[in-house]
Amino acid sequence: MTLPLFFFYVFSAITVASAFMVISARNPVHAVLFLILAFVNAAGLFMLAGAEFLALLLIVVYVGAVAVLFLFVVMMIDVDFAELKSGLLSYAPIGMVVGAILFLELLLVAGSFVIAPDMVGAGGLPIDATMDNTRALGLVLYTRYVFLFQGAAAVLLVAMIGAIVLTLRHRTGIKRQSTASQLGRKPSETVRNVKVKSGQGL
Amino acid sequence: MDFILSALDYLLGIPFLGWGEQIGFVYKALALLVGLLIFTAFILLGDRKVWAAVQMRRGPNVVGPFGLLQSFADLIKFGVKEAVIPAGADKVLFLLAPLITATLALAGWAVVPVDNGWAMANINIGILYLLGISSLGVYGVIIGGWASNSKYPFFGALRAAAQMVSYEVSIGLVIITVLLCVGSLNLNDIVIAQSEMGLAHALGVPWLSFLNWFWLPLFPMFVVFYISALAETNRPPFDMVEGESELVAGFMTEYSSTPYLLFMLGEYIAILLMCAMTTILFLGGWAAPIDLPPFTWIPGVIWFFIKVTLVFFMFAMAKAIVPRYRYDQLMRIGWKLFLPLSLLMVVIVAFVLQLTGWGWHGGIA
Repeated sequence: MTLPLFFFYVFSAITVASAFMVISARNPVHAVLFLILAFVNAAGLFMLAGAEFLALLLIVVYVGAVAVLFLFVVMMIDVDFAELKSGLLSYAPIGMVVGAILFLELLLVAGSFVIAPDMVGAGGLPIDATMDNTRALGLVLYTRYVFLFQGAAAVLLVAMIGAIVLTLRHRTGIKRQSTASQLGRKPSETVRNVKVKSGQGL
Repeated sequence: MDFILSALDYLLGIPFLGWGEQIGFVYKALALLVGLLIFTAFILLGDRKVWAAVQMRRGPNVVGPFGLLQSFADLIKFGVKEAVIPAGADKVLFLLAPLITATLALAGWAVVPVDNGWAMANINIGILYLLGISSLGVYGVIIGGWASNSKYPFFGALRAAAQMVSYEVSIGLVIITVLLCVGSLNLNDIVIAQSEMGLAHALGVPWLSFLNWFWLPLFPMFVVFYISALAETNRPPFDMVEGESELVAGFMTEYSSTPYLLFMLGEYIAILLMCAMTTILFLGGWAAPIDLPPFTWIPGVIWFFIKVTLVFFMFAMAKAIVPRYRYDQLMRIGWKLFLPLSLLMVVIVAFVLQLTGWGWHGGIA
C-alpha cells in the first residue's frame, strides 16, 4: 500500500460516511455541516487524482460560497424535522426512482472502463504531462470549448438576473438613501452660523 | 509498509546524522509555527500600542519592560480561566468553531514563501489555496455564532456570512489581475516576477526594485485589496461581526477562556496571513526595496516580516482612526463599488497585457 492509496481510502471513507450523515442527521444544520465535510473530502480526492485546480475550485466555490449561503438559509428558517419526516413515505417512491436512475448511470460509466478500456478518454484532448493543471485547463477551455464556455456563462447570467428580477420589488412612497446627493452636500448649503444674543433665542 | 518509512524520513529526517536527505518537515513546520506564534504575540501588543498612541494613552505598560510581555500574561490568564459552555449550546460545535478558526488560519501559512523557496509547500496553485483557506475562515464564525444558541452571537454569525462572502469576490478579482500580470499561480513565481520585470526595469534603474513591485502599476487594486482584506478579516472599521456597540461581542459573546483564546489567535493569524498576501501580491515578498549592498545584506525572511509588520501597522491605524461603518454601507461599497471597479480593472489589465505584450507569462517569454 502506498501513501496516496492510504489517503484515498481515508478521504473516500469520510466522504461516504459524511454523505450518509447528511441524510440521517437529526438537526438540519448538522446535515449541512456534514455536506460541507463531504465537499472538502471530495476536494481531497480530486487532489489525489492530480486535479489540483478542480480541488481548490471546489473548496473556493462550493465550500467557501455556495455552502455558506446554504448554511445561512438553513440556520435562518425554523425547520421542524418531525413534520418533515412524516411526509417521508409519500416521497419515497420518487426518491427511489431518482436514485435508481443515478445508480444505473454510474454503473454504465464505471462499466465502460471495464468493457472498453481503450475508449475511455478517447473523446478528450491528449494530456501534456509537462504542463500544469491550471494552464492545461485554461488552454482547452478558452480555445476549443470557448463557445460552450461563453454559453454556460450566459446561462448563469440569465439565471442570476432572473433571480434578482423575481425577488426585486419596488415600493413607492418610502425614503431612500441617495449616496450621491449625500456626498454632494456642501457645508455652505446646509450649515448657517448665527450669533444669538443670550436670553433671546432665534 | 514501505510508505511509513519513507513518510517518517520525510517528516523527521535529520540530514546531519545521515538518516534523511533533507531537514525533516516536522522541524520546519515547528520553526514556522513557533516563530509565527511569537510574532503574533508581539503583533497583538503592537496593535494595542498603536491604538493607545493614537488616543494619547500609554497602552499596556506593566508586564515586562514597556509591557512587552503583556501578550504572554494574557495567554496564561486565558489558559487557566474556567471555560464556560452555555447550557443550551451545541457542545461539540461550540468547541469545534474556535478550533476551525485557529487551524485554518495556521494552515494558510503552509504555502507562504517567507524567502525564496522557503515555504512548507511550494505548490503550483498556492494563491488559490490561500483564497480557499481565507474563504473557509467564515465557518468558524458562523458555527461559533450558531452553536452558542444565543441571540447576539447569532446576529454576528449572520453578518459574518454575508460580509465575508461579499468581500471574497473582490479579493478574488484583485488576485486575478495580479495573476494576469504574472501568468502563474505559484506564490514563489509571483514574487520572482515582481523582481524580474516592472517599472524600474523599464526606466533603466533596475536597482530601485520597489518601483518594480505591483503596488505601483496596480495601485487601485492595491487599495481595493487592502480594504477588502480589512473586511474579510473582520477588522475595524468593518468589525460589525463583533460590533460591541450593538452586539456585545458578536459571535464571541458566549466564549471564554481557551476557546476564546483560540478565536483571538486564529483571527490575528488570519490577519497576518492577509498582510502576508498583500506583501506577496503587491510589495515584492522577500525582495529588498533597493537592490544595493546595505539592503541586500539583510536576509529575505527579515524583509518579509518587516513588510508584513508595515502592512499590519496600516491595519492597526485603520482600526484607530476610522469610525465603524454601517452594515448596509459596507455591503454597498463591496458590491456596488469594489466589484465593478475590480471587474473593470481585470478587463483593462487583460487588454493592456494583450496589446503591449507586457507581463511575465509564467517565466516563459
